[in-house]
Amino acid sequence: MARIEFDRIRHAYMANPQTEADYALKELSMTWEDGGAYALLGPSGCGKTTLLNIISGLLHPSGGAIRFDGADVTNLSTQARNIAQVFQFPVIYDTMTVRENLAFPLKNRGVPRDEISRRVADTLRIIDLEDKADRRARRLTADEKQKISLGRGLVRSDVNAILFDEPLTVIDPHMKWQLRSKLKELHQRFAFTMIYVTHDQTEALTFADKVVVMYEGEVVQTGTPAELFQKPKHTFVGYFIGSPGMNVLPCEVSGKTATVGGNKVKLPVGAPKDAKTLEVGIRPEFITLTGGKTGIPVKVSRVEDIGRFRIVHADLAGKEIAATLPEGSEVPASPRAVFDPANVNLYADSWLVEAKG
Amino acid sequence: MNKTWNNKAWFMVLPVLLLVAFNAVIPLMTVVNYSVQETFGNNLFFFEGVKWFREVLHSDRFHDSLLRQLFFTGTILAIEIPLGVIIALAMPRQGIWVPVCLVLMALPLLVPWNVVGAMWNIFALPDIGLMGYSINALGIDFNFTRQPVSAWFTVIIMDVWHWTSLVVLLAYAGLRSIPDAYYQAARIDSASAWAVFRYIQLPKMKRVLTIAVLLRFMDSFMIYTEPFVLTGGGPGNTTTILSIDLVKAALGEFNLGIAAAMSIIYFLMTLLVCWVFYSAMMRGEDE
Repeated sequence: MARIEFDRIRHAYMANPQTEADYALKELSMTWEDGGAYALLGPSGCGKTTLLNIISGLLHPSGGAIRFDGADVTNLSTQARNIAQVFQFPVIYDTMTVRENLAFPLKNRGVPRDEISRRVADTLRIIDLEDKADRRARRLTADEKQKISLGRGLVRSDVNAILFDEPLTVIDPHMKWQLRSKLKELHQRFAFTMIYVTHDQTEALTFADKVVVMYEGEVVQTGTPAELFQKPKHTFVGYFIGSPGMNVLPCEVSGKTATVGGNKVKLPVGAPKDAKTLEVGIRPEFITLTGGKTGIPVKVSRVEDIGRFRIVHADLAGKEIAATLPEGSEVPASPRAVFDPANVNLYADSWLVEAKG
Repeated sequence: MNKTWNNKAWFMVLPVLLLVAFNAVIPLMTVVNYSVQETFGNNLFFFEGVKWFREVLHSDRFHDSLLRQLFFTGTILAIEIPLGVIIALAMPRQGIWVPVCLVLMALPLLVPWNVVGAMWNIFALPDIGLMGYSINALGIDFNFTRQPVSAWFTVIIMDVWHWTSLVVLLAYAGLRSIPDAYYQAARIDSASAWAVFRYIQLPKMKRVLTIAVLLRFMDSFMIYTEPFVLTGGGPGNTTTILSIDLVKAALGEFNLGIAAAMSIIYFLMTLLVCWVFYSAMMRGEDE
C-alpha cells in the first residue's frame, strides 16, 4: 500500500490542447492517503475514469507528476506500478477456472508454484468462492465474476492501491449491498488504499471515508460525507449531493444581508467585491414552512410523499424551491419559508464564500 | 399451454415450401432418380438399385479424387486460418488506415471465380506470366501445365489469395468486439502478448473462427470454377478434385448413373462434416 500524490497532474485526449476546456482533467494537485477509502463522485464524462487510468498507468498524463510514497512513477508502466483495478464490466478469462483466474497475475510475475497455490487458496477464502474454485469462470453470475476481478487484485498481496471503476453497474440491487459491505469489510481488515469511482451518491457516501467530487474535469470538493452535505464548496456539489439537491437562489448582497426576491436573508459572510454572480444556497432540510408572520411568503405547487418525510415544491419570487416537511405535519394555509441562519451559504460565481479567519 | 389448432395455417407455409421445392428438393430428386436407374437412351430407364453407389464407393478413381479433395481442403485450411488470424491481429484497431485495410482485404472477395482462375492461369505461365517467369528466373523449374507439384502450388496459392481475406474479416470482427477493459486488465495482470492472445483474443475469436472454418471447408470442398479454369484437373488427373471429376463423369462421359451416385455421396459427406462440426461447436458452447 502506498500514499499517492498528484503534483499538478492534467490530461487532454487531443494532441495540442489550447484552452482550459480542452483538458479532460484540469490541473490537479492532491494526496491520496495510505489506507484511505476514497470515492470519486461525479456525473458521467467529468473525468473520473481519466483520473483513475492515470493512477493505474493506463493513461500517461499530458502534464504533471504522480508519486507513490514519494517515488516518481509518472513514466512507469501499469505492470511496474503494481496497481489492481476492477472494471465496470467484469473482466474474467473465460477459458480458465476460478482458481486459474486468480493464479494468472501471479504466474505472469513468475511467483513460485507453491506460493501461488497458497495465496490463491487464501484469496478464494476472502472472496467466498472456495466452493466454486474449479468451475469455469464463464458460468458464474455477474457478482461472482466481479469478485474474481477483485480477487485478481487481492491475490497480489503487495499492490499499491485497488481502483474500482463503477464496479457495481451490472450487479443486481440486492447483491450490490452484499458486495459493498464485503468491500468495506476488506478495507477494514487489510487497510488497502481504495479509490472507488461512481456516479451514485449513496454508493459513494456509504463506501468512503473521503468523497472527492468532480465536475467538468475539476475536483470541486474533497471531504467527508458530512462536510459535503453541510458546506458544499460549489453549487454543483450542493445539487449533486442530497435528494433533493440544494436550493440555489440568485440574490443581491449588501453587508451581511442578502436580498432574495425582495426579502431579506441573514448571511454568515459578506460578498467579495469582484463577484459576477451571487447566489444563496440552502438545503431543503434547513427550510421550515410556517404559517406565522416571519419568513418569505411562498406559493406551494406540489407535495411529494417519500415516506419518512414530504418534499414541498414551492414558488419563491419566481424561483422554484424545495423544502422538507416532517411526517404528519400539514402545509400551512399561507406558508412562509424560514431559512435556518446557520446553514445558509453564499456562493460567488458558483464557489462558496467562506468566512475569513 | 394450449395450442391453437388451425389447419389453414399450412397455407402460410406454402410459399416457402414451393420455393424450397423448386430450388432444392426437385433438382435433388432428379439426381436421386438417376442414381438408381440405368438408361440406354430414348428416355427408357431401368431400375438398378444401389449398383451405382456400390460401383462409386469401390472405384479407385473416386478414392483418388476424394483424397486429392481432402488434401486440397486440409492444406488451404491449414494455411488460411492461421494466416487470416495473423493478418487480422496486425491490422490497425483505429484510425484512417482501418477502412483502407478493410477495402484492400475485401477486394479479392469481389473478383468473380472464373476471373480468378484466368488471372492466375496467366500470372503463373512460365514464359509470359509474372509469377511463373520470376520463379523460373530464380532457377527453379516451374511449369504448372506439366508438373504436378507446380500445379498444386498454383492452385493452393490461388485459393489462399482469394479466400484468406474472408478469414481476416471474420477474425477482425471478432477482435474488434473485445472491450478495451480486457486489454487493460491484462496489462494490470502483467500478461505477455502471447498470454493476451491465448487467453483473451483466441477465446473471444472462437465463434467467428468456427464459422470461418466451416465456410472455408464447405466452399473448398465444392470449389470448381477456379481450379477448372486454371488447370482443368491436370496435368493428367493430378489436380482432379471431386467436383471436377464429377463434371467429367456427368458431362464428359455421360455416365449419368455413376455421376448421380457420386453427387449424392459428395453431398452427404459435406452435410455430415458440417453437422458433426456444428454439433461439436454447440457442445463446446454449453460446457
